Amino acid sequence: MNLSVFLGPLVGGILLGISVTLLYAFEGRVAGISGIVAGLMRPKSSEWPSRVAFILGLVVAGTLAGIAFATPQAQGSTSTIPVLLAAGLLVGFGARLGNGCTSGHGICGISRWNPRSIVATVVFILAGALVVGLVRHGLGGPS
Amino acid sequence: MKTIISSLLSGLLFGLGLVVSGMTEPDKIKGFLDFFGAWDPSLLFVMVGAIGVHMPSYAYLKKSRHTFDVTTNPAPPKLRIDGKLILGATLFGTGWGLAGYCPGPAIASIASGGDVLVVVFAIVVGIGLHDWAFARKRVVTDVRHREDASTA
Repeated sequence: MNLSVFLGPLVGGILLGISVTLLYAFEGRVAGISGIVAGLMRPKSSEWPSRVAFILGLVVAGTLAGIAFATPQAQGSTSTIPVLLAAGLLVGFGARLGNGCTSGHGICGISRWNPRSIVATVVFILAGALVVGLVRHGLGGPS
Repeated sequence: MKTIISSLLSGLLFGLGLVVSGMTEPDKIKGFLDFFGAWDPSLLFVMVGAIGVHMPSYAYLKKSRHTFDVTTNPAPPKLRIDGKLILGATLFGTGWGLAGYCPGPAIASIASGGDVLVVVFAIVVGIGLHDWAFARKRVVTDVRHREDASTA
């Protein structure tokens, strides 16, 4: 196995780590994307400008980096609209109900040895694995 | 103003990190979750990189700076592993496995349009649905939210 193929993921992960550390160092905030988005949807508060700035940075960098590091995209859509809608609803609702997502629980929570986050991360990985397993191998046909 | 700059910088780094790590590609996510098939351990390396940086940094910052320490917050942090956490994580993971998107990568990829727009829209609706449904049960103040999120 050519290990250099994991250099991107490792470097990207390091960048994510620096990002969330920055947010904690200067604002004491958990870089939970679901929480930041949820905050934007509430009546304006003193934290609103910071949240907007973060999301703005996320979109700008995501867009520019996406262009710079353009990878061959999958041809067309691999999921139907109803599936995409269901997926998004589950992700959004579930993240709020569980008080975090992959960034909040997976990166920040685990880094803080938070038992809730460790459990949440294990659970959502297992749930995701079950779904992928069913779609790719259980129900037949490519995902 | 300082927090706006730090937030902007953090967001920029986060977006860059997501793209560089390949986590904005749903197939990479599904590949990681495909334990029974051709397993792609990329996400594992992303977590190692991210936690590898944040875990020691957080410990150091928490010890040396008390200003933002969550324990100075009057409300005690949520420590119980309850049904909501499990159910929430289950629902989240299900959606994550279905489309291979979670909030961060979806928002970062929003410019590419198509599938991502639908997902982001649905994520926003999902978040809104939850927060609207549970609005009266939660004391939603910024401080309290920060404390909740800090234990997330």
